[in-house]
Amino acid sequence: MFDVAVRVSDLVVERGPVAALADISVNIASGRITGLLGPSGSGKSTLMRAIVGVQVVTSGSVTVLGLPAGEAELRSRVGYVTQAPSVYRDLTVRENLSYFQTIVGADPSDVDRVLEAVDLASVHKRLVKTLSGGQESRVSLATALLGKPELLILDEPTVGLDPVLRRDLWGLFHSLADSGLSLLVSSHVMDEASRCHDLLLMREGRLLAHGTESELLTKTSAPDIESAFLSLVDGHAA
Amino acid sequence: MSIRRTMATARRVLTQLRHDPRTIALLLVVPAMLMTLLAWILDDANWQRYAPGLLGIFPMLVMFLVTSVATLRERTSGTLERLLSMPMSKADFVVGYALAFGILATIQGIIVGGLCFTLLGLSMQGPTSLVLMVAVLDGLLGTAMGLFVSAFAQTEFQAVQFMPVALLPQFLLCGLIVPTDQLPSVLKFISTLLPLTYAFEAMQKLARNATVSSGFWADVAILVAMAVALLAAGTATLRRRTV
Ligand SMILES: Nc1ncnc2c1ncn2[C@@H]1O[C@H](COP(=O)(O)OP(=O)(O)O)[C@@H](O)[C@H]1O
Ligand SMILES: [Mg+2]
Repeated sequence: MFDVAVRVSDLVVERGPVAALADISVNIASGRITGLLGPSGSGKSTLMRAIVGVQVVTSGSVTVLGLPAGEAELRSRVGYVTQAPSVYRDLTVRENLSYFQTIVGADPSDVDRVLEAVDLASVHKRLVKTLSGGQESRVSLATALLGKPELLILDEPTVGLDPVLRRDLWGLFHSLADSGLSLLVSSHVMDEASRCHDLLLMREGRLLAHGTESELLTKTSAPDIESAFLSLVDGHAA
Repeated sequence: MSIRRTMATARRVLTQLRHDPRTIALLLVVPAMLMTLLAWILDDANWQRYAPGLLGIFPMLVMFLVTSVATLRERTSGTLERLLSMPMSKADFVVGYALAFGILATIQGIIVGGLCFTLLGLSMQGPTSLVLMVAVLDGLLGTAMGLFVSAFAQTEFQAVQFMPVALLPQFLLCGLIVPTDQLPSVLKFISTLLPLTYAFEAMQKLARNATVSSGFWADVAILVAMAVALLAAGTATLRRRTV
């Protein structure tokens, strides 16, 4: 079996009147890409926030790389990209990355490495607010690559990108996983399932299924993940 | 806390402002313009009477405005959450901001003070360096207040609305309009709790006395204590975990 990067036990998170997460338990493998798939509002972002340690949780526990989520030591070992790009729009691409590079304590040369990785080297002098939405979210992604994170939590990093860029980014994620990083990548688009090693399917704050794409397809005798999702929902309801 | 991260944060805040000429103008040109206007409309006696106090009021006003909007943006854009999920302490963030706006308050003080003491013919008895020091302290108080109130605003519009709430009463009670010892006793008591009262009073003492009294240093000590307390309160509003 694989080593465990993240261990979630009996996690309950209440956000406002709703239970955003209703008793989730799951182990996320290390060195692999785990896709977190589910419709909008299913609790993907909330689960990611709990793993990063920025979410107030109601009960349950989250252990990340062997430590309680949110522990100070984890702050340089876990890279997190929020769903909405969180970078300074009134700074240039390079000014953003140089600042975060200092905060993370990475080498200054790291800025050029991550600029290449997300294919933004050509616009490094531009103010972020003059970039397209896809470029802006790649600045946010580049920030999380600075330093030597062991675990990357990426909240819908490929939404709204053109197919060529999407393919390139998945290529990047795979090369990161090959070098030993663990990645948790969320998406509300089911057709990204085939890019991931493992899948977590979520709906209404609950985990529907966990396994590889082929395992889930076999289990549900479905032709694709979208149909597998539907048959799992119907199974639950029955 | 880390010097490197604090300095990087101060530099980053100043870089953001460098990309924003309007805010620079608000910080540096507008106070100078307003003082010029005031010197123009007042006769000399009134100018000598009101200008020292205003030298202590402008820095607080503009620094409050700029800091409350800037830190609210950090809270709503997710950059604050990102920073706090990185190896960064809350003190790095707050002191970084204080440092950046402290530098701006110094430049502002030099420009406005320089203008008043030369072209606009203001004469104050006390040392010019202390006038500058009080102005910078006021700017820091404005920064601390702005940081604190940004925790209670959801939008930039709401942040700006705090200015009349937090600053105009201080403006009315600080002694500029009616000397504090002529205020009704309740208002007089309230005025002793407000930072601007001490800023105004310190500037008045510098205007009137060539020798620096212990009363002046008491005002300065209170200003420093209030700035530190407000910065600490602002730090306490930063949360790593949110609901
Ligand atoms: N800031 C918030 N305050 C209150 N409720 C929230 C907040 N963010 C999300 N929720 C609620 O939590 C649930 C899960 O949301 P979220 O984790 O954002 O789902 P997803 O990322 O899968 O779209 C939803 O019911 C949503 O309405
Ligand atoms: Mg989401």
